[in-house]
Amino acid sequence: MVLVLAIGDLHIPHRAPDLPPKFKSMLVPGKIQHIICTGNLCIKEVHDYFKSLCPDLHITRGEYDEDYRYPENKTLTIGQFKLGICHGHQVIPWGDLDSLAMLQRQLDVDILVTGHTHQFKAYKHEGGVVINPGSATGAYSSFTYDVNPSFVLMDIDGLRVVVYVYELIDGEVKVDKIDFKKTPTTRSAH
Amino acid sequence: MLNGIDDEEKWLAEGIAGIQHNAFYMHQALDSNNLREALKYSAQMLSELRTSKLSPHKYYELYMRAFDELRKLEMFFKEDSKHGVSVIDLYELVQHAGNILPRLYLLCTVGSVYIKSKEAPAKEVLKDLVEMCRGVQHPIRGLFLRSYLAQISRDKLPDIGSEYEGDADTVMDAVEFVLQNFTEMNKLWVQMQHQGPGRFREKQEKERSELRDLVGKNLHVLSQIEGVDLGIYKETVLTRVLEQVVNCKDDLAQYYLMDCIIQVFPDEYHLQTLETLLGACPQLQPTVDVKTVLSRLMDRLSNYAASSEDVLPEFLQVEAFTKLSNAIGKVIEAQVDMPAVGAITLYVSLLTFTLCVHPDRLDYVDQVLGACVKKLYNIPKLEDSRAMKQVVALLSAPLEKYNDIVTALTLSNYPRVMDHLDNGTNKVMAMVIIQSIMKNNTFISTAHKVEVLFELIKGLIKDKDGADVDELDEEDFKDEQNSVARLIHMLYNDEPEEMLKIICIVRKHTMAGGPKRLPFTVPSLVFSALRLVWRLQGQEGDIVGEEVPATPKKIFQLLTQIIEALSAVPSPELALRLYLQCAEAANGCDLELVAYEFFTQAFVLYEEEIADSKAQVTAIHLIIGTLQRMNVFGVENRDTMTHKTTGYSARLLKKPDQCRAVYACSHLFWVDDQDGIKDGERVLLCLKRALRIANAAQQMANVARGSSGPVILFVEILNKYLYFFEKGNQQITGAAIQDLIELINTEMQSDSATPDTASDAFLASTLRYIQFQKQKGGVMGEKFEAIKF
Repeated sequence: MVLVLAIGDLHIPHRAPDLPPKFKSMLVPGKIQHIICTGNLCIKEVHDYFKSLCPDLHITRGEYDEDYRYPENKTLTIGQFKLGICHGHQVIPWGDLDSLAMLQRQLDVDILVTGHTHQFKAYKHEGGVVINPGSATGAYSSFTYDVNPSFVLMDIDGLRVVVYVYELIDGEVKVDKIDFKKTPTTRSAH
Repeated sequence: MLNGIDDEEKWLAEGIAGIQHNAFYMHQALDSNNLREALKYSAQMLSELRTSKLSPHKYYELYMRAFDELRKLEMFFKEDSKHGVSVIDLYELVQHAGNILPRLYLLCTVGSVYIKSKEAPAKEVLKDLVEMCRGVQHPIRGLFLRSYLAQISRDKLPDIGSEYEGDADTVMDAVEFVLQNFTEMNKLWVQMQHQGPGRFREKQEKERSELRDLVGKNLHVLSQIEGVDLGIYKETVLTRVLEQVVNCKDDLAQYYLMDCIIQVFPDEYHLQTLETLLGACPQLQPTVDVKTVLSRLMDRLSNYAASSEDVLPEFLQVEAFTKLSNAIGKVIEAQVDMPAVGAITLYVSLLTFTLCVHPDRLDYVDQVLGACVKKLYNIPKLEDSRAMKQVVALLSAPLEKYNDIVTALTLSNYPRVMDHLDNGTNKVMAMVIIQSIMKNNTFISTAHKVEVLFELIKGLIKDKDGADVDELDEEDFKDEQNSVARLIHMLYNDEPEEMLKIICIVRKHTMAGGPKRLPFTVPSLVFSALRLVWRLQGQEGDIVGEEVPATPKKIFQLLTQIIEALSAVPSPELALRLYLQCAEAANGCDLELVAYEFFTQAFVLYEEEIADSKAQVTAIHLIIGTLQRMNVFGVENRDTMTHKTTGYSARLLKKPDQCRAVYACSHLFWVDDQDGIKDGERVLLCLKRALRIANAAQQMANVARGSSGPVILFVEILNKYLYFFEKGNQQITGAAIQDLIELINTEMQSDSATPDTASDAFLASTLRYIQFQKQKGGVMGEKFEAIKF
């Protein structure tokens, strides 16, 4: 069991003052093996905070990030899965699942983690799975009026990944889960 | 000096030897019931205590030896069967001892037995003894003698309920006795300072200090007397003790005894005698640390208040706050030379007391702050760092108590106190305030409160006259400004009119911050305003009000001015992003001209200010992405925008960047929703242009490096072909796709091709996708059948 936190679009301090207290109390150091961050933190303080939760931190650059050195996209392997990260402002049209699928083919990954729209999505297609963890702070977005704070925790176990999405709705944390399996013969997840 | 210590050790040893020697013979006499001999040797033994050579510390050791021996003697005295003399006669007999000191020790010892025998009223004996002890006026010897008297009389006082109480003996007699002994002991103690030459003053102070508990013990005893109720305490005990304290005019004694009174007697008594107790303070010597005395009193009273709710009405009834407040005022007035830190510490104690006992009385809290301001008024700017720390403590106390900055904001004197801090500390305090808001998740919800808040934190918002921002550590400055940026999101009201007022106030203050601060504060303000626009979007019609109602248009006007300010920094990339955000918001409000204006501003920045090629690539994608989502533009305006955008895309520096931007532009001509533009021809034109650029990139690579260029660009374009093919763009045929696939294969297999796993993998996954679509069957499957490879 490998726990991977997928989180992003916090937009601290431009659009939000801080992570919701209920999220902060859930995110405890030592429990998570990897952190995948889609970008738009935006300041070093948030980077350091993530680093304190888990030293294996992977970040891609959002258009408001203070640190210019984060890469545009990144790929990594965790267990049997290849994961790709990209903030998503580079993929036009924004939030378009077919265009994201194209990026996924290009990066050749089973799971593509992307952000920018501040809307949680877990979408399965021929080439694999696209996951958007949403905005962890519920930051303003031109895509949707009411953004509920959300983040994703992936439990990677062999050829199976369980995606837990945590959403803060009306002050309560609601959890949902989605299962994805990867067949060893074909190269993609179904 | 060393010599002196050695000598003292020698004398002490001699003294102890003397005591032991005489004690030995005394024991023999006791064993053989020989009273005469016992008296003789005990007197000799007690003569050792006549020494003047020892320091208090060493004298104490000698005294304890004698004390132990006297216990045995006392036991012997009690057994009149053993020595055959009545206690009355014994009392007479011991007075024949030669020297006064041994005489009085023996007398006290017999006195103890006398009282116990009840042959005379306790008060008579006690009175006699306490008077007789006057015979010894040497400070150290006298103190220890009277201490002995206190010790042996302790359990024989005619307290209520004690066996020594009677018609003639009352608790008042007990009180009188202890008070007298106390008074005499204090006088002796004070007298010590007049002994000896001046250069030993420090040593003397230390020695005096060692003896203070002997004097203080009497107060302990008074507090333990059951019969001393509030009435007696008020009328007799406190009055007499304070009389002695004030009259002795000795700062060491005064400080110690005041503190002793406070610690030893119940808090309830202090409340009821507050005026008397406080009244003594201004009468004390100016060198007495009266502020510590008062602080300790207030601490005790605070704890008393905290112990039980039932106690609180008492505080109100005795008007504790007013009395303390006045007393402190008087002390500060009287002690003109008191340093600032002293006065402020007093106010901190008073404030702690007030917050503990009367937390709901904000007027009291404000009063304390006001009194402090008055004191600080005479000091232009505090230089003392300790005083500064105390002011910070003063300001932090209400924040911690109320957990709610909003309450602190209502204290009119709060900002005035802050004004007296130096720049550095003022900023520290401002940060404390902000952190308090963040920690408690408090929202500041009225324009007025926001104004007050910004007044408090003005040290962070703009440069104070004369202060040099460059001097500040960069990290610290960033922290400060990020805190302010975060704070802006805590300023919120549901009601749009009020929210707009708040935004205007924040704007007023942040615009004065200067180019260094704007990049931090402007984004927060912009998004706060955009949130308000979202809220108003749904609302129809005008809101009735005296002023111009809050409308999206008005807010966009504000936003334009706010973002314009970034040109002073300059921050073109940030400004471009913010203009695009505003354009999207204007799109949502159906304001075509406003959106157009924002795009224009963004384009101007792109053309004139953004020169870095990497920055250009990001910027162009943001422009394309935003424009693609615009549905408010009429045909003409849209055409102008797309024309500009595709033009910029084609003019990026690097060919691959050009190619990608151009094929991204293809989406400008195809919007998936029902009203969206779907211009198949122009889409294809874009894709073909992208192909041409990709080809050019290949040729350049061949020429410049002798190897093939990025084949992956072709695969990307192929994917775009597939995208539009799937969406139903008639201009894109299966044949065209086939041709493209062939082209790619050719490029990949050509002689000059460099193996490129990324391109290979991408092509493979793309072909797999086509295969997958074919196998889907139905409409999609049929469509994809057209692609053969």
